[in-house]
Amino acid sequence: RDFNERCAQCSEVNWGLTDGGRFYCRSCHNVTERTREVVNTDFITNSRVQTISKGSRKQEKNDGGSEWYICEGFQLVLKKQVEALEALGVCPQMKDEILCNFWRCYLQKSKQAYCKRPAGEAVKALSVCESSTDVDSDPERPSLLHLLSLSESEGDLQTDCSFASSVSKVSESTSVYSGSVDGSLYLMKNQKEKLRMTMPMTLSFCYMALLWVREPITLSELLRYVVEGHIPYLNVFQHFPEKMKLCGLDLKIFCVESWPVYEEVFNKMHELAAFLDLPRFPDITESCFLHPDMLCMKYLMEANLPDELHNWTFFFLKKIGIGEVDFLTLVPGNKSTRKVKYDVLAAAVIVVVLKLLFLLDDHYECFFVISFISSQTKVCIFFFFGPYFEFKKWYEVVKHSLDVEQKKLDEERAKYLWRCEKPLFYSVKNKSKVLKRRQMVVNLQNQFGKLSGSVQRAKKPNPSSFQLSWSEENTDGSCFHGHSLKGVLQEKRGLLTAMNPDYWLCTVKLCNEKLCGHLAHYREVEFPQSYHFVLGLFSFLLRVQPSYIHDEVCMIEHKLFNKKLYKKLKYNTVLRK
Amino acid sequence: SSNEHKLNFKKSKEACLSYIQDALLQKQWKRAAEFLTCYVESLEKDYSREHIGPSEMIWRIGTEILWHHSQSSMKEFNCFMEQMKTLGVKRYLKVCLEHVFHLLCNGQTDEAYQNLSLAESWRFGEQTAIQDKEMKLVQAYRGLLDYYSWSKQKNILLERGEDGFSDLAVEQEMHGYFRKAAVNLKEIIKIPGVWDIFVKCYVDLLEFYGDHNEARQVLNEYAYNSKFPANPNAHVYLYQFLKRQRESKKSLISALKILHDIVPSHELMIDFNTMLQKSKKRKKCRLGLEVIFAALDYAGWKENAKAWSCLARQVKQIVISEKHIDWIKQEWNSRKDWWPAFHFSRYSAKRNWQENKSLSYEKALVAGILLGKGCKYFKYISHQGCKAQLKRFRMLKKFVNRHNPVYLRISG
Repeated sequence: RDFNERCAQCSEVNWGLTDGGRFYCRSCHNVTERTREVVNTDFITNSRVQTISKGSRKQEKNDGGSEWYICEGFQLVLKKQVEALEALGVCPQMKDEILCNFWRCYLQKSKQAYCKRPAGEAVKALSVCESSTDVDSDPERPSLLHLLSLSESEGDLQTDCSFASSVSKVSESTSVYSGSVDGSLYLMKNQKEKLRMTMPMTLSFCYMALLWVREPITLSELLRYVVEGHIPYLNVFQHFPEKMKLCGLDLKIFCVESWPVYEEVFNKMHELAAFLDLPRFPDITESCFLHPDMLCMKYLMEANLPDELHNWTFFFLKKIGIGEVDFLTLVPGNKSTRKVKYDVLAAAVIVVVLKLLFLLDDHYECFFVISFISSQTKVCIFFFFGPYFEFKKWYEVVKHSLDVEQKKLDEERAKYLWRCEKPLFYSVKNKSKVLKRRQMVVNLQNQFGKLSGSVQRAKKPNPSSFQLSWSEENTDGSCFHGHSLKGVLQEKRGLLTAMNPDYWLCTVKLCNEKLCGHLAHYREVEFPQSYHFVLGLFSFLLRVQPSYIHDEVCMIEHKLFNKKLYKKLKYNTVLRK
Repeated sequence: SSNEHKLNFKKSKEACLSYIQDALLQKQWKRAAEFLTCYVESLEKDYSREHIGPSEMIWRIGTEILWHHSQSSMKEFNCFMEQMKTLGVKRYLKVCLEHVFHLLCNGQTDEAYQNLSLAESWRFGEQTAIQDKEMKLVQAYRGLLDYYSWSKQKNILLERGEDGFSDLAVEQEMHGYFRKAAVNLKEIIKIPGVWDIFVKCYVDLLEFYGDHNEARQVLNEYAYNSKFPANPNAHVYLYQFLKRQRESKKSLISALKILHDIVPSHELMIDFNTMLQKSKKRKKCRLGLEVIFAALDYAGWKENAKAWSCLARQVKQIVISEKHIDWIKQEWNSRKDWWPAFHFSRYSAKRNWQENKSLSYEKALVAGILLGKGCKYFKYISHQGCKAQLKRFRMLKKFVNRHNPVYLRISG
């Protein structure tokens, strides 16, 4: 399907696959010599399949394993991940059509499959973990430390050193260990141009596919599901079949010891989209879940803010033009448009609207509003408009819940179990040591687990899109959805406007993102507590750093006050002359 | 960069440790166990660069939890300790010693002895030489347990001896323990350190078998060798030994001198002062006064009637003889600003009178001389005493009145 050459006999491009894995022209039944790389989702040891310029795959080795390539491993990982997404309710096309095609495209573009191997790049069948050959050190063969340092994956430096030192003790001219055929090659080559696959990148693939299909899962949600264990990521290699032996450098590739960060996955996704030469993604329109208007609604509800605010966020989006289809839809490779973080953007919009209405300078929202409200006759107002929204009350209620949830989250983070049953060892030589250690760990876990009292290891909570929920039925008045904004609005010439005439900019000048990676530099002490609280709330919901949202807020503010700022700058330069 | 906020294995385990620490400090053993269960997988990572690795953490934390947790048994504890011994060869002997300590706390002396013997026979290449000090400790503690066995046998013998029986077997056993104990105890006390219990036991053995010379040498070494850390107990042991040997006052006094320098508030200062007062040498008497004043600087002596009587006696004697009043002046100089409030307040007067008349008598004498007949302490006590028609208080009043000029000389 992805083979685009014209048939030698009939010049058609209409290929199919024989049982033997060779391409044949469907029009004239001409069978080519081109074979398809065996990259199945299921690891079939198909002896009839030929591989290009590599010879036949060895079936059995001493330890019962077979040859396997790194990209096969990643394929398995992706398969597991997308199956998990399916279980969460994502449409099945994502697996069979979208992600599959993305992956094949990637393999082709990165020349790992579906192509003729470039000349001179024969895969060095480096020795596998069971044997340490006394090969004279090949000047081309990279030193172990060099390989380890090149790897970008999150290995622990200490493990690296111990590994390096333990291996170097074995023999002077160490050969590099990996269970896979091309593990060391994978880490070694400067793959910058070819976008080497990493574990975080699997999530970039998933997100890209989700975005293409416009599923109602944001990136922050996806990452949260990963951390909560609904999507395999940590220790996913334990689902590799028995024959795929994992050891040595494979561990550096597949064993992660940190959770991926939003920024990392996001940037990689865009790189990937450009690398794959993808066309413009399907439009993000107002009816899409990912549209900031929809996300604002969701977040307003989750943040326990009045529904009325939605009118304001909607109006705001229109005003600065970030609700436009062209702004929101992803066009890979287009460097001039800013890449849209849908969830962060929506959160930032809410923050700016709050700033507009409530100022959030630690004074206005607390004192002015309250004094105004108390000066009105409450009874009739209540009857017509519902209770007035009071920022301070909202703050207290939400802070309380937030603190409880944050505390739970912090404890969970401290209790993560990173290891799994499948033993990992760098070489067969330290296998017994590793197994012994594992046994001891299990013993200790049992011993102290019993002493933990009645605390059961909590079952994975069901995945939920909402982390905080507020019910209008609660009589304790802790739900603010129905509250009215009349306390901060006034009528002027038939229009409702904010009573607050002021606004403070988060930053007067934006940083150059390309230089320092940020638009602004957030420091808690430099900003009002209310603002910090609101940032903190969304930081918790989206599981990103407050500074990340702050950057987005700055960006929006500059869009909003663009003209004024521009005028001011111009005025300044005139003065200097 | 944003990577600093990444939650990774290391940070997760650091957080876990701080939760464990909090739980331990609040004695929440179940909670500590819960978090420790999550922490133990750190063993599977290499921390060779860290100062304290996970295996040591787990050993120490696990010991605390198992020792205090209500549902933990000695059996579980022992099992855990055995596992910890296999974890880090560099710590092997330390773990053994700690285990023995806990067994002894639990009264399991036999098991403790077995563990010590086992530890003594441990060999592990170059580690044996590196852990030489710990090994000496192991041997020393085994020696200590041998001493206790010796002591038991000795008591048995003494009891039976009283009844007229003699038991050769018991005697032989006793001597056997002595030999084993002596050899090990002797070794450890050669190394500079604080070995109070070993020294005491060793000296006890030596004295029993009549080797007083060796005992004296050991005690002198322990007290006077500058390589050993300053230890008041060393001087106390030496003093007690000399007293048992009925040595001269001169050597007894020299033994206590250093103790006075190190711990002026020591309980033996009373004995010291008594000895010094009796001496005919002027310097010694002077020192005696210094000693008793220094002791009474400490709050623990405030209500000690004996101490006050020592001071009162000496002060009285000086006043009557009219010699060396300047001694009192010298001692009082640095104290006149704060002793009145410290010892001679009106509140103390009332309390002392209520609780201990002898104490108040002695104190009143001292107060009267040092502060004059007008001082509130003296006035209150003497008034109360005369009211109660106690003869000695009347005498006291007369005495102080008569010698009031002394106060003037002191305070001037």
